[in-house]
Formats: sequence, structure tokens, C-alpha cells
Amino acid sequence: MTNGAYPDEYPPKEQYRRNAFWNLLLLIPLIALFPPFYNRTDPRLFGMPFFYWFLLALIALSAACTYVVYRMTKDEFVVTDGPDLLSVDSLDEGARR
Amino acid sequence: MTDVKPVELTIFILLFGTVTVMGFMASRWRAGNTMSTLDEWGLGGRRFGPWVTWFLCGGNLYTAYTFVALPALIFGAGAMGFFAVPFALIAYPIVFLPLVRLWSVCRVRGYITPADFVLGRYGSRMLATGVAITAIVATMPYIALQLVGLEAVLRTMGFNQAGLLGHLPLFIAFTILALYTYQSGLRAPALISFVKDGLIYLVILVAVVYLPFKLGGWEFVFSEADAKFAQTPNPNDGVLLNGNNQLQFATLALGSALAILLYPHAATGFFAASDRNAIKRNMSALQVYTFLLAIIGLFGYLAIAAHVRPLTNNATGAADSNTILPQLFVQEFPSWFAGLAFSAIAIGALVPAAVMSIAAANLWTRNVYVEFVRPDATPAQEARQAKVASLVVKLGAVASIVLLEPQFAIELQLVGGVLILQILPAMVVALYTRWLHRWALLGGWAVGLLYGVWLLYELPNPVTGQRHFGSSAYPLGELSLLGWQPFAGSPTTVYVGLIALAVNGVVTVLGTVVLRAMGVSNGHDSTRPADFHADERQPRSVLLGDPASLTHIGPRATVPTGRGPNG
Repeated sequence: MTNGAYPDEYPPKEQYRRNAFWNLLLLIPLIALFPPFYNRTDPRLFGMPFFYWFLLALIALSAACTYVVYRMTKDEFVVTDGPDLLSVDSLDEGARR
Repeated sequence: MTDVKPVELTIFILLFGTVTVMGFMASRWRAGNTMSTLDEWGLGGRRFGPWVTWFLCGGNLYTAYTFVALPALIFGAGAMGFFAVPFALIAYPIVFLPLVRLWSVCRVRGYITPADFVLGRYGSRMLATGVAITAIVATMPYIALQLVGLEAVLRTMGFNQAGLLGHLPLFIAFTILALYTYQSGLRAPALISFVKDGLIYLVILVAVVYLPFKLGGWEFVFSEADAKFAQTPNPNDGVLLNGNNQLQFATLALGSALAILLYPHAATGFFAASDRNAIKRNMSALQVYTFLLAIIGLFGYLAIAAHVRPLTNNATGAADSNTILPQLFVQEFPSWFAGLAFSAIAIGALVPAAVMSIAAANLWTRNVYVEFVRPDATPAQEARQAKVASLVVKLGAVASIVLLEPQFAIELQLVGGVLILQILPAMVVALYTRWLHRWALLGGWAVGLLYGVWLLYELPNPVTGQRHFGSSAYPLGELSLLGWQPFAGSPTTVYVGLIALAVNGVVTVLGTVVLRAMGVSNGHDSTRPADFHADERQPRSVLLGDPASLTHIGPRATVPTGRGPNG
């Protein structure tokens, strides 16, 4: 392909691995996979067994974890100077075929 | 037609009419200059920002079938049915990183389907076709299940006739859906999902505040449920899990979470996003839907406390447990509110059914039709083929519900969940490394498929008296590794999909070691490391300004067959 200035070792690893440790937060919601931790009735909240309100709370925690990762990796290194092989915009121009 | 509910029906027809008009108008919404490419018809031009993506993916992943089947499951079995909540809440953290990589490479290379990516990554037509066909087969029964959800509502509303007449409203609704999907492509479900989700949020939030209060509080609701499960002979139901089904609960949640990105309708929804951050933001924003899902699940307990009885389906003559939620609304709310709830569920069936049929049509067109039937198809011909395919897929789904038992779709969906997991190594592992060999991936996929289907075939359902395909809970005690039974006598059950995936993984890794030692070619990789980090800020205008730079660009040029000058 005529990819010109588009070397294989691009981008350099250290540039896009900068914020990688924040990604560890994504492991926290996985406690949902260990039901022995929360498969109990007490303490209740609004009359709801622990099993149910714990999982409801975990939804919020999981959302918080992904949100923090999003914020912290928002400015991650992305490639913006490679060729765009997506054809749709060229077709929008009615240029082809 | 004596017991048709007039108020509910009027509201339903008004709202259904509104979304029909929206569906046809959607073709002009944020449209490009042409609708006759697969990128425009099948991916909405990849221009959906975070909000549209939120509505579209929420409307598409949280389906009408989920909304009726989950309360039905919890009504019948209790805590085990709540697996859907850990499933959804771990799904987003799990797919967060692979999904942005997949989005980037597909965006840059112009891939429309996940199978396009596999083809580009390995240059193996067999592997890509295997992935595509697995995905189509797994999606088809999912579309049919949306009809099951829609039909539960229509029957509760009074259209509960026996025979073909009872299916007529379903047929009409789906024909309308098929026509505006044909016309507007992915833009139709995207626009309709605004109405659907608005209605769902309104209905569910009102109901969850009002109903527990009316019925006597959550403590009373759960004690009623406890009393009900204590009377049943089934040892595995209850308000809490027991020692035997905790592993099933966790593995079913994990298996479903791993499968979610593999389903083509999920990929289609996310591919339509405009940039990486739109996807990342949705990984937390979509949890709002998970919260809604949990509440809807709890409605199963509210239905127990309200002593709701499922409606008898006059087409099959059996009690249809999927009518639990609609029946709860009929019993506890004024009819205009029940009408809103029914419309929300029914419209909720249309969005995922449309996206799924578009996803299946994209796969058929790109990975079967163009690959094997018409390699020289122009973009316009591709789009036309996909439109027709989406019609065929939807008619097939209606036919399967009308002519076969709905139970058949439910069993196929069970199988589909196990099948779709088997493309995980070829699709997700390949996002990070090409160490796995293409022939080993193909072998692991085939073994995983066969083994998974065989395990499912062997599983009876003692409650309904089915002898095969009765459940996805495999008793560990019967697991046999070439005659060796490591867990003999254990009553603990585990999700079949994960067993099959583990076998798939072992075959793939062993095969890779052998094939690499033999020095067999691993195909041509047409992706570059940088592709996986590409974002929307690509200077497209520069490319557009110079028509000469476009000469090598086109849908076909971006998907090498592995036999080109580079292969």
C-alpha cells in the first residue's frame, strides 16, 4: 500500500502507555463475580436484602471507575496523522464510481 | 376481540404511529450526500456523538425481551435471575479497552463488521467467514426473541387469539419496521430510541417509586417472595443464591459480559460513534440503563407480592410467564399508564430488532455476498444487497415465531450465546496480538462450537420436561475430560459457554505452538500498530482536497483478501 510516512513502529510505546495504570481501576467492579461476598440478607437497606442493594450500589461504583479512567486517559496519545482509509466521505462527495 | 383494552390500544397506536413517521423521516437526519453506501445505511455515516450513541446503544443492548423475560425469570427463580445485573455492570469495564481499539482499527480501515477486522488482521477468508456466519446465526434468534417480547404486550392488550389471527398484529408491526429500516438504515433505530428510552425511563421510575409503597414496602415484598419460593419443590430458587448455583451465577454473568462485544448488533451500535471519547464516556453513561435493568428485575418480586398471574397464551395454550410485567401494569395502574408502559416495551422491541437485522445484513453483504458471490460489487450494490438482506432477516424472524414455537427461539438464543463466545479469540485477542495462529483459531473455534452445542444438547429441563437444550447450567459433577471426572459428585453448576470457551482456548494455544514450530504461514496482516490508536481527528479534509490521494481508497481496497501483492 502507498502509506508513505506511516512506519510500523509508530506510535512509540512509551507515548501511549503513559496513563495505563489508571486502567487498573477497571478491575474493581469484578468483585461482582464473587457472590459469596454479598450473598446475604443483612444488613438491609429500605427493607431490601444486602444482595440486591449491594449490586445496585456496585452499578454506581462501576460507572465511577470507568468515568475516572475516561477522564484520566482522555488526552491519551492518539494517531491523527495517518491516512484515513474510510471511504464514506469521499463517496459523500460523489467523487467515486 | 371481546377483551381488547381500548385506552391502552389507543395510546399504543398513537405512539406506534409517531415512531413509524420518525422511522421514515430518519433517512434525512444528519444525512450525507448519499444513502447508497453501507457506511451511510448500515452505520449512520459513523457520525453519532456521545448522546446519540448513548440512546442507540442503550436502546439496542437493553432489549424488549430482556424487559419482559428478566422479571419473568426472577418471578420464577428469584436471585438466579438477577445475574443480569452483575453481567451488565462488569461488561463495560471489561470491554472498555478492547472496544476503543476495535473502533479505531475499523474506523481507519473502513471495516463495517467485526469479521472485516478478522479478515484484515489475518487475511484468512475461512476464519472471517466462520466469524461472520457464527455472528449471523447467533443474532437471528435474538431478533425472533424481540417478537416474543412484543407479542407478550400485544396479547396482554387483548390480541390474544388462537392460530394465525393471533399473530397478525405482530406481523403488521414488523412489516412496518422492516420498511422504514429498509429506507433509513441505522438512523431509524437511532432516532426512535429517543422515544423508546424516554418512555421507558418515565414508566419505570414512576412505577418503582409508587409500587413498593402501594404494596407495603420492600421488606414485605421480599418476605412474600421468600414465602413463595419456600413452597416450590425447586431447591435452586429463592431470594438468595445457594451453594450450588453461585458458580453458575458468576460464570453466566462473566460469559454474558464477554459475549456482549461479540454480538454484531453491539459492534454496529458502537462503530457508528464519531470518536473514541464518545465510546469511553458511554462506558459509564450506559450504566444508567443497568440501573433501570435492575429495577425492572425487581418488578418480578413486586409481581409476586401483588399476586400477579401470567396470561394464558391462546396460540400455545400454556401460561406465558413473559406476560408477568405487562399483567402487573394492567393490575396495578390506570389504563392510560399501562398503555404508556406497553408502548415503551413494544417500541423497545423495534430498536434492537432493527439494529440486529442491520448488523446481520452488513455481515451477510460484506463477508458472504461480496466475498463469494460478487467480488466486484460497487458500494451502491453493497448497500442494496444489505437492505434486501435486512428485509429477509426480519421476515425470517416473524416466520419462525408464527410457524414454530416461541420456545424454539428461546432455545436457539441459548445456543447462540454459547456460539458467539467462540469467536472471542479471533476477534478480541487478535486486537492485541497476532501470536495466535489463524489455523489454530479456526480449529479452536470449530471445536468450541461443536463441544458447546453438544453440552447444551445433553442438558434437560426437569421443570418443563424438555430432554434437550433445556438449560445452560452444566453440573460440574458430570464434566468428563476424556473419561476423567475431576469434580465427580459435585452438584455445583457452571455456564456451558465458559466451558466451551476454555476448550476453544486450549485447542487454539496448543495448535498455535505446533503450527508455529512447523513454520506454517500466519497470513497477511494489513493493519498497522498505529491503526489501533487512531482517532477522529484524522485530517480527512486534506485527503479530500486531493482526489489523486483517493485512488487506492475504497471499500474493497481496504479489505485485502490475503492474495494481493502484499499477501
